[in-house]
Amino acid sequence: MLKHFVATGLVLVVCVLSPRTSQAAPQSGPAKDQKATKAAAPAPEDHDGWGRPVTAAPKSQKPLPAPRHDLSGTWDPGDGGIGQLGSKAMPEDGRPEHRLPYTPAGQEALSQNKPSNTIRSVLPTETNDPVVTCDPQGMPREDLYEMRATQIVQTPLKILIMYTFGKIWRVVWTDGRELPKDPEPRWYGYSVGKWVDDYTLVVETIGLDDRTWIDRAGRPHSDELRVVERYHRVDRDHLDLTVTIDDPKMYTKPWVALDNLRFDLQPPDFDVREMICSPSEFAEYNKLIGNPASEKGHK
Amino acid sequence: MKSNFLRFFAIAMVVSILGVPLFAHHGNAAYDTENRITVKGTVTQWFWANPHCVLQFDAKDDSGQVVHWGAETENPTTMTHTGWTKTSFKPGDEVTVTMITVKNGKPIGRIAEVVLPNGQKLAGRVIPQLPAYNPEDPAKQ
Repeated sequence: MLKHFVATGLVLVVCVLSPRTSQAAPQSGPAKDQKATKAAAPAPEDHDGWGRPVTAAPKSQKPLPAPRHDLSGTWDPGDGGIGQLGSKAMPEDGRPEHRLPYTPAGQEALSQNKPSNTIRSVLPTETNDPVVTCDPQGMPREDLYEMRATQIVQTPLKILIMYTFGKIWRVVWTDGRELPKDPEPRWYGYSVGKWVDDYTLVVETIGLDDRTWIDRAGRPHSDELRVVERYHRVDRDHLDLTVTIDDPKMYTKPWVALDNLRFDLQPPDFDVREMICSPSEFAEYNKLIGNPASEKGHK
Repeated sequence: MKSNFLRFFAIAMVVSILGVPLFAHHGNAAYDTENRITVKGTVTQWFWANPHCVLQFDAKDDSGQVVHWGAETENPTTMTHTGWTKTSFKPGDEVTVTMITVKNGKPIGRIAEVVLPNGQKLAGRVIPQLPAYNPEDPAKQ
């Protein structure tokens, strides 16, 4: 037994004596070994959903022109689409410039929503975020939280937008129809799109189910919410998305939730990974982490 | 005395090192983000699933008792970008895990880094936490 302690102790002494390192560098093990490992270790290899290596596009190539009226392709916003503190342009981080123009009803609705992140973070078992029960994110949250590689398919009459998170897809009608009058609310509402120039599609969405949150931070919305998405194809390989929120019941004026979020075009044979909220997997996670982490008490 | 000294280090499996706090997208409210510990243990299960992956492993505490740890990462999609896979671990693997832990003292953590038996290091998803907003001094924010 003592031998075991001694052996373990020696390992830990090495850990204790090793120099403190930066966030990017390892924190245990002798410095010399770290250096050797760093020099020898290849960069982590990323793979698509098919398990095939993903290689980054060369940085210095000259931008190629965008095709006219064409958003088709698989687009990846990288980390910019995660939105862990709420919508990227207006995260709930306590800064006054990110304070939203709530109406009294909006402020009250916000206070009812308990996110498990942001400055209003609660314990995992205390959140009422609809996503933790695997409810649909709905719109506009699909754009504002866990937005990852997104496939856009165009037909002459409509555009299909297919999201990684939840394997959700929605339809944007481009056949000239008007938005419906007094529609029955839906998780993803009703969307129509119009080309405002050769490279910019503006999508309006209404008829949204008010059980959803606007973003990860629990920003509320009513059945009067109107979402405007502006998709601008900058060049062949880049797409920018701006999302504006207009809900007079909850906010005194429209506000921008995404401000030109940049997407990179992926190769045509890129296979999107599966990322699904499974109730049984979520229950297992809560059993292992969420519930015990939330238990009261202090060491 | 000497053995007690070594034993102290042997059973002091918790090594606190100040580091940049983590901020994962499933919340930090339960975690002490200011301190990290490093634990050497034996893998019992690797849960590769949403919303977060969980590495379970056994390690001895300071009284020699085996403690069953659960340490989370981000989701598989995110972890894949930095080299993690469904087969990164198997039961019986000896691993060294650096993590932050929950405030309530349960053996629950969020992984900053894992060292595999072959020396390979897997980085956890580490995002610097935003500084707390100070209304008294907004210019410094």
